[in-house]
Amino acid sequence: MSRPLLDVRDLRVTFDTEGGAVHAVNGVSYTLNEGETLGVVGESGSGKSVHVLAMLGLIPRPPGRIDGGQVLFRGRDLLALPERALRRVRGGEIGFVFQDPMSSLNPGMTVAAQIAEPLRIHLGLDRRAARARARELLDLVRIPNAAARLDQYPHEFSGGQRQRVMIAIGLACRPKLLIADEATTALDVTVQAEIIALVQELKRELGMAIIWITHDLGVVAGISDTVQVMYAGRILERGPVDDIFRDPRNAYTLGLLRSLPDLSGGRAGRRRLQQIDGSPPDMRRPPPGDPFAPRNAYATARCWAEMPPLVQAEGAAPGHLVAAWYDLPARLAEERAR
Amino acid sequence: MSTGTPLTESAGVAAPAGNLAILQEPGSLAAFWRRLAARRSALIGLAIVVALVATAALADLVAPYDPTATDWGAVRAAPSLAHPFGGDEVGRDVLSRIIYGARASLGAGLVSVGLAVALGLPIGLVAGYAGGWIDAAIMRLTDALLAIPFLILAIALAAFLGPSLTNAMLAIGLSATSTFVRLTRAQVRAVAAEEFVEAARSVGNPPWRIALVHILPNIVPAILVQATLTIAAAIIAEASLSFLGLGQQPPEPSWGAMLNVAKNFMDQAPWMAIWPGLSIFLAVLAFNLLGDGLRDALDPRQRT
Amino acid sequence: MSRVQPVVSVRNLSKAYPLRAWWGGKGTVFRAVHDVSFDIAPGETLGLVGESGSGKSTIGRAVTMLNPPTAGTVAFEGTDLATLSPRALRRMRSRIQTVFQDPYAALNPRMSVGAYVAEAFRLHRPDMNATERRAAVAHLFERVGLDPAFMGRFPHQFSGGQRQRICIARAIALKPSFIVADEPIAALDVSIQAQVVNLLQDLQADLGLAYLFISHDLRMVRYLCHRVAVLWRGRIVELAESDRLYEDPRHPYTRRLLAAVPLPDPAAERARLAARARDEQADGLPGDLVEVAPGHWVADH
Repeated sequence: MSRPLLDVRDLRVTFDTEGGAVHAVNGVSYTLNEGETLGVVGESGSGKSVHVLAMLGLIPRPPGRIDGGQVLFRGRDLLALPERALRRVRGGEIGFVFQDPMSSLNPGMTVAAQIAEPLRIHLGLDRRAARARARELLDLVRIPNAAARLDQYPHEFSGGQRQRVMIAIGLACRPKLLIADEATTALDVTVQAEIIALVQELKRELGMAIIWITHDLGVVAGISDTVQVMYAGRILERGPVDDIFRDPRNAYTLGLLRSLPDLSGGRAGRRRLQQIDGSPPDMRRPPPGDPFAPRNAYATARCWAEMPPLVQAEGAAPGHLVAAWYDLPARLAEERAR
Repeated sequence: MSTGTPLTESAGVAAPAGNLAILQEPGSLAAFWRRLAARRSALIGLAIVVALVATAALADLVAPYDPTATDWGAVRAAPSLAHPFGGDEVGRDVLSRIIYGARASLGAGLVSVGLAVALGLPIGLVAGYAGGWIDAAIMRLTDALLAIPFLILAIALAAFLGPSLTNAMLAIGLSATSTFVRLTRAQVRAVAAEEFVEAARSVGNPPWRIALVHILPNIVPAILVQATLTIAAAIIAEASLSFLGLGQQPPEPSWGAMLNVAKNFMDQAPWMAIWPGLSIFLAVLAFNLLGDGLRDALDPRQRT
Repeated sequence: MSRVQPVVSVRNLSKAYPLRAWWGGKGTVFRAVHDVSFDIAPGETLGLVGESGSGKSTIGRAVTMLNPPTAGTVAFEGTDLATLSPRALRRMRSRIQTVFQDPYAALNPRMSVGAYVAEAFRLHRPDMNATERRAAVAHLFERVGLDPAFMGRFPHQFSGGQRQRICIARAIALKPSFIVADEPIAALDVSIQAQVVNLLQDLQADLGLAYLFISHDLRMVRYLCHRVAVLWRGRIVELAESDRLYEDPRHPYTRRLLAAVPLPDPAAERARLAARARDEQADGLPGDLVEVAPGHWVADH
């Protein structure tokens, strides 16, 4: 891992709705290095999807607006770029794959035409060259008999194949960064496994960085170098994947990990699922302090009043950052001692 | 809390997080009113409709003259202080006739559309929910009726029933019925495919209760919007029928009938045509604005 | 397949949909589910897993007669549901309930949630008056962890987890003995899923409910279910006690399915991804079930 490819600084996004302003992203900052895979975990309303859409200029404005921050991609601030220049980045240097391959593909256009589109726009290829490259890309994403399938329409592909086509489009211009937003959530588990294996291989071949947004901790565990846990539009914890899973420092991360079923031992002896009580906050009226405090058994008075900064966790691996006023390992040790 | 499930969840009032879809759902009456009020054109439409209805209802109080009383001194009189809208060919006060004419026009609009909804809604409900051959038969019939232009059908029916305001309303109502049958059926089929209808079946609701309790309230907004827009069309239809002598009979006033007479005096007394023409225009515009506003306010997801 | 008198007994259930014929040619049928049999004992949870198109939801809706099977029988507490009149079937619905996948879609948006839950009593308990219904609904709200003060609110005022609690409250209102839970946590956030699973387990313990738990979350199925049936191409390819099925899967499809589940442990998950090369392929149509060990049934392959 070397120099930063992407540097997000204090990004803030708000949506104006009838019920009031929804503060979707509240000061998100992080860096992503070239070739790094970042797994972003969070639930609906965490800001995990909105923040990348905002980076790419893809949130509808209005009702959305970017209230502040910078997104430096290879040194240029994406938020300051005019739409024309941003379009050259989007689908060019930054490829993306969204959740629903059916609604992301145009049902009335052949697959070849849709893969060729970014090639013609960004690389200025002519029709013939774009078509040849489209065929290579279908081969790359392991769609058998690519030549024959170029002129087919999206409905002639299975769900998994459509997501492969989306990945082919995302990779068409050899991006430096691939953003996948719940890219396998709608897919069957065996198809998900194939897509993840494919992305891993492609990453080895092409060397791009990846931001993989998901709610599935299992997927994150396997593919990420770094994991970032988001909640209520903020980063609560971030660090090397093994460290985050082994030594979580934020109560929300711990709660997510503990709410997964523990399958060790026989069925009869298994403990009850440890649930996180309550619901995520209403982001029209975000709590003044740590947004997870109302659901957090370890919350201190300070958590309710003041948002903790995201800082290096004491005694954890370098780069393991946490936003918490409480000392989670100490509290857990107390619990065990009792 | 016997299950040991958290109290916090119950205390954590409605917290639809940042889920934007939720914020657009149809909500309370207050939310509906806010959405309607946010649209200036809808408010203008509503204000005009209210004013027109009030005028028609209070005609006895607001009209300066008896709408059928003739005054030889006011024959084709130009607008003046005594007769702000002028006089007609036999010296009746045009303003008073416009005011009383609102009764015929609005009444025809409301009654005929009321009839169309009263007939169309149950038929559409049955067609949409029962399906099968009943649906097919009803749909072929409405197809046939919809193939004939609305106004032509209304004129034919009115001619068949004989000239009178009541028959005109009947004719307009019957002509508009097929629109409501189709709309209701389409809406019912859309709502019936929703999971909450299956949930209603799963708890043991009989079909009639599913149709009335679970489906009907969910299609009312669409029907209301269509009804408002159809009132505008019905007002034009009533005016047209009266213009052709098939609606309101003289000497009782109606905007369409007034236009019919006025066409003979366009050179000498243009105000005889201008005021009823403007009234029709205003009423139709108002109902259309209101209908469009209702559509947006009742279902933001259908906004185009 | 189990020794006690089952709550639900499904035999040779099939569901076929006619496919539209092209140009007047002879129409064929699509077999969504073919020749499926299983029992569910009182208080037992049977998991039904499989991928999209495997027919698992079709089975759920056939077992409850919301979308009756085209062949085979569903016996509930000894009564063949197909023999019941529509009226008798509606009465029977008080004992067989469904919790649907999407709590956003399963609630009537224009009905207060209190009225929604009370409907169960309105339909099946004519002896109860409005006051008694209200009290019963308030009790149910508390039972599922909701504040009874929210009874007058409408669905859009609740979060996903709360809505699923409302659906569960209505499902248990008439003290059923069997609930089909069709992907009840799939639409919920991770932090809310455990709440709902715990609630389902508590209710099972208290009320002796039997569940047919349909899910694609294979880890949660192992955790929650006593026995698991694996569905593939409309047939059961393997059925066994859950730990046994996960530890000793016999059918190639079961093995393939289980091997695809991501593990929430970085080292284990990376090892799993690396081992995927020797992926087992299953093909053809599954055959008849054979009992390879007591209670462990595997389709011929």
